[in-house]
Amino acid sequence: MLPLLGILVVVLGFALRVNPLLVVACAAMTTGIASGRGPLAVVALLGKAFADSRSVAIVWLALPVIGLLEREGLKERARDIVSRIQAATAGRVLLAYLALRQLTAALGLMSLGGHAQMVRPLVAPMAEAAAEARHGELSEDTRERIRAHAAAVDNIGVFFGEDVFIAIGSILLIRGFLDQNGIHVEPGALALWAIPTAVAAFLIHGARLLLLDRRLRAAARVPNGDEEAAR
Amino acid sequence: MISLELVHTLMGLLFAGIAVVNARDAASPRRWGNAAFWGIYAASFLAGSHLSDLANGVLVFALVGVASTRRMGASRSDDDPREVREARARRWGNRLFVPALTIPAVTLLGAPVLKRATVGGAPLVDPKQVTLVALGTAIVVALVVGIGMLRPPPSAPMREARRLMDSVGWAAALPQLLAALGAVFAAAGIGQIVSTLAARWLPLGTPFAAVATYAVGMALFTIVMGNAFAAFPVMTAGIGLPLVVHRFGGDVTVMAAIGMLSGFCGTLMTPMAANFNIVPIALLELPDQNAVIKAQLPTALFLLAANIGLMYFFVYS
Repeated sequence: MLPLLGILVVVLGFALRVNPLLVVACAAMTTGIASGRGPLAVVALLGKAFADSRSVAIVWLALPVIGLLEREGLKERARDIVSRIQAATAGRVLLAYLALRQLTAALGLMSLGGHAQMVRPLVAPMAEAAAEARHGELSEDTRERIRAHAAAVDNIGVFFGEDVFIAIGSILLIRGFLDQNGIHVEPGALALWAIPTAVAAFLIHGARLLLLDRRLRAAARVPNGDEEAAR
Repeated sequence: MISLELVHTLMGLLFAGIAVVNARDAASPRRWGNAAFWGIYAASFLAGSHLSDLANGVLVFALVGVASTRRMGASRSDDDPREVREARARRWGNRLFVPALTIPAVTLLGAPVLKRATVGGAPLVDPKQVTLVALGTAIVVALVVGIGMLRPPPSAPMREARRLMDSVGWAAALPQLLAALGAVFAAAGIGQIVSTLAARWLPLGTPFAAVATYAVGMALFTIVMGNAFAAFPVMTAGIGLPLVVHRFGGDVTVMAAIGMLSGFCGTLMTPMAANFNIVPIALLELPDQNAVIKAQLPTALFLLAANIGLMYFFVYS
């Protein structure tokens, strides 16, 4: 029971808005010590796990390229292209990216997206530009809402596309775990049963993206662009 | 054999470069806080494989210490004005997309090539890490293509990387630290404790209750751990296999496939999944720490309900 105190530390720390790095380090110490280890042993355990997880941070390696391209006008170019497409709206741009991300992930092409490589330089500016072309200058709230949705689409697209591909980590994990329990399952069958949820994810989130367009239209009709009043 | 060490070294050099640019910027009020953080982070990447576990742990606490002093922050913006960038965008046109799309293209083409490449009979790249090595290689290729095409001042890529990394700040290390916390949780047996508690206190008497508890449990445990992969073995051993499969005769393939996807619904709802939900906040410069989770929350809840329905409908038929 006592090791669960670490979870309490996380919940409290995040709720009280303490620096998240400090919260996580304290949670690790709490749980480690509560499970009967000495403080130095916990520091070593955390240090080993941190060093073993270094590749998690690989996304940052792309920033010199992305920063260089931003300096040369990549975002402006992405905006320019979208604002010339008459039918483009923020919701439709994001819907198209959702479909593309789900389909490519289902084919095993997970690296065709990502927040640093695709969302910041391309998808978010395109969605903002589409909204601007329709509704004129956007309020800061609206702009932030569109950007948050651009990040969300990347997550939802990859999460509910990748499991349709048979060689992805989660399918291998399921298979490995069930093998240990003496149950053999076919990766192809696991991938097949990921399809209903993938379709449901596209329908649910796609509908919400079209609703986002309606909200943007309603917000634009209110003269001061105040979205709260438009609800 | 090329292993992840190559990627770690590249990342260490990037962070060291960012520390140096910060340390040399006498005009920045955050000069030393930023330089210290990126310097320590660089040391962890460059020396991490050679240091003792305890020394690595000390580096972690040094990072946490610097991050907690509030002496870090975005450096003063020396962005070129929008008109300048628009003029450059017109000059380059669609050629600007070439280096950007080089990253996914080279990753996709490079992974199968690297997987087959051998030197003297031994694999050139550690087979388990082919994708990450391919991604690292692709980024280097894209940088070379970008520099060759755009001919920026030599310091531009590092200065731009510094601008972006400083605006991300300490959040850059959060996904990695949360992964480490997951390892500590696992070593402390958190999973066993939670599944014992769930089995004792939750109503599991009907086939539907078993399915709903398994799916919601996957989502909730993922919210706590930040990772569906950590939740899956615990919930499947604790509830899925004994109840859904053995007691009520459900199909294990359907249960496992949809169960994992129920966990992904949890990933959409938790700040613990920092690389998906917190990193984009920093990258897109959003003031609300929960903006991405808020955008995902309705989808996650509807989809979790849909998963329970799908699993109940298909698992027992």
